[in-house]
Amino acid sequence: MTKELIRAVESADSPALMVAAVQKLARAKDEAAIPTLIAVFGYNNPTAAVAAVAGLVELGYLAVPQLLSQIDDYNYGARAYSIRALSAIADPRAIEILLSAAATDFAPSVRRAAAKGLGNLHWHQLNDQDRPSALSRCLETLLNISTDSDWSIRYAAVVGLQALAKIPDLRSPIQARFKEMLFTDTQKAVCARVQLAQLKV
Amino acid sequence: MIEPSAEEYSTDNAPPLTPQQAIVNLQSSDLSLRYYAAWWLGKFRVNNPEVVDTLIAALDDEADRTELGGYPLRRNAARALGKLSDNRAVPGLIKCLECSDFYVREAAAQSLEMLGDARAIPALLKLLDGGVAAAIQIPGRPHLIQPYEAVLEALGAIGATVAIDMIQPFLEHPVIRVQCAAARAMYQLTNEPEYGERLVQVLQNSDLKLRRMALSDLGAIGYMKAADTIAIAAVENSFKLIALKGLLEHQLKGEETLTLNDNAIKLMQLMDSLL
Repeated sequence: MTKELIRAVESADSPALMVAAVQKLARAKDEAAIPTLIAVFGYNNPTAAVAAVAGLVELGYLAVPQLLSQIDDYNYGARAYSIRALSAIADPRAIEILLSAAATDFAPSVRRAAAKGLGNLHWHQLNDQDRPSALSRCLETLLNISTDSDWSIRYAAVVGLQALAKIPDLRSPIQARFKEMLFTDTQKAVCARVQLAQLKV
Repeated sequence: MIEPSAEEYSTDNAPPLTPQQAIVNLQSSDLSLRYYAAWWLGKFRVNNPEVVDTLIAALDDEADRTELGGYPLRRNAARALGKLSDNRAVPGLIKCLECSDFYVREAAAQSLEMLGDARAIPALLKLLDGGVAAAIQIPGRPHLIQPYEAVLEALGAIGATVAIDMIQPFLEHPVIRVQCAAARAMYQLTNEPEYGERLVQVLQNSDLKLRRMALSDLGAIGYMKAADTIAIAAVENSFKLIALKGLLEHQLKGEETLTLNDNAIKLMQLMDSLL
């Protein structure tokens, strides 16, 4: 059954057929579909890629090892979808990739997706020894990129920081940074997002 | 219509220039240095009176010419002056609307749009002379006889309600980008949703470049009713984020202290979902 669905994706010869085939494959919720769904990120078909992300997120932790090992280093469009999927699944095994993507990727779409994900990881999955340093590295990275020259990166950093502020120990540095941003950021859209975050922190 | 600037690559390709050096280069005998310096001063918004004076002087440059009679330095000086928000540039830019070089006229109209100075209205209107019937392609060139998109957008941005009757016919111009510019201006001048909806329809066009352009137009006019359609448009997220940011800024406009209304919160939720 899944084999047929995979074949339908691989043989789709129009963008619309591709979208329909990927949606069907995603709905199958079958582990065997994972490599094909990841491959769809590279097909330059945004609607199909969004459906593939949804399918992988549905599979959750099962999809993480392959998402991590099959990141496309040469196609930033495909990479952004991988990072979006990893961010939404929120498995802390993705932390190293998210940290480096947020801090150093050259593509803003990848950095934004990673910044959002860094705030939302399932911290309880980490053992008590690893958790504090993981949290402080996420905090440090998000604080750093909250000063980026690109407004959309700062905006994404605020979204990440808002989520991270659910951790009581991190709340006060995050609140302090929000206050500072409201004072210094030149973009109204970023300031507005900070205000919204303050309402929730 | 200015290309939306959703750069997927972070452009930190900082050229080896300082503001001081760029000002010096602007008066260099090396024409390529002058050309580059004019671009650089605009790009990095080096807004000081000396820069503005020098750029205004460069609008009359005769030294830098192309084979087709174009004025590269004038084009770059005109583009830069739009970014420096100094309205002393307005008279010089108005004069550029009569320049023989199409691209100088286009750059001047775009910069006058950014400066938003009503003194430019009569000269901009003059470029619409003859209406749609006269707005034809120049044989062998990739553009119409006038920079209609830039002119229409400028009239809309400046709030030239006196121009409405002249702008409206351009909604039926054969070139979709000109139609979009007219719709954008008509919305700004009348606030009638029908003009916003025309831009929303372009989001269904099969041409990705046109869809991107329509996003940028909707962002520029802050057409709130388009928010949900923008979020699902078949365009890269970077462009959608910029458009929604435009809508958001429109919601926040005119408030001394930022207050978040329901529209603003809805827009930010959409933006969050596109990260």
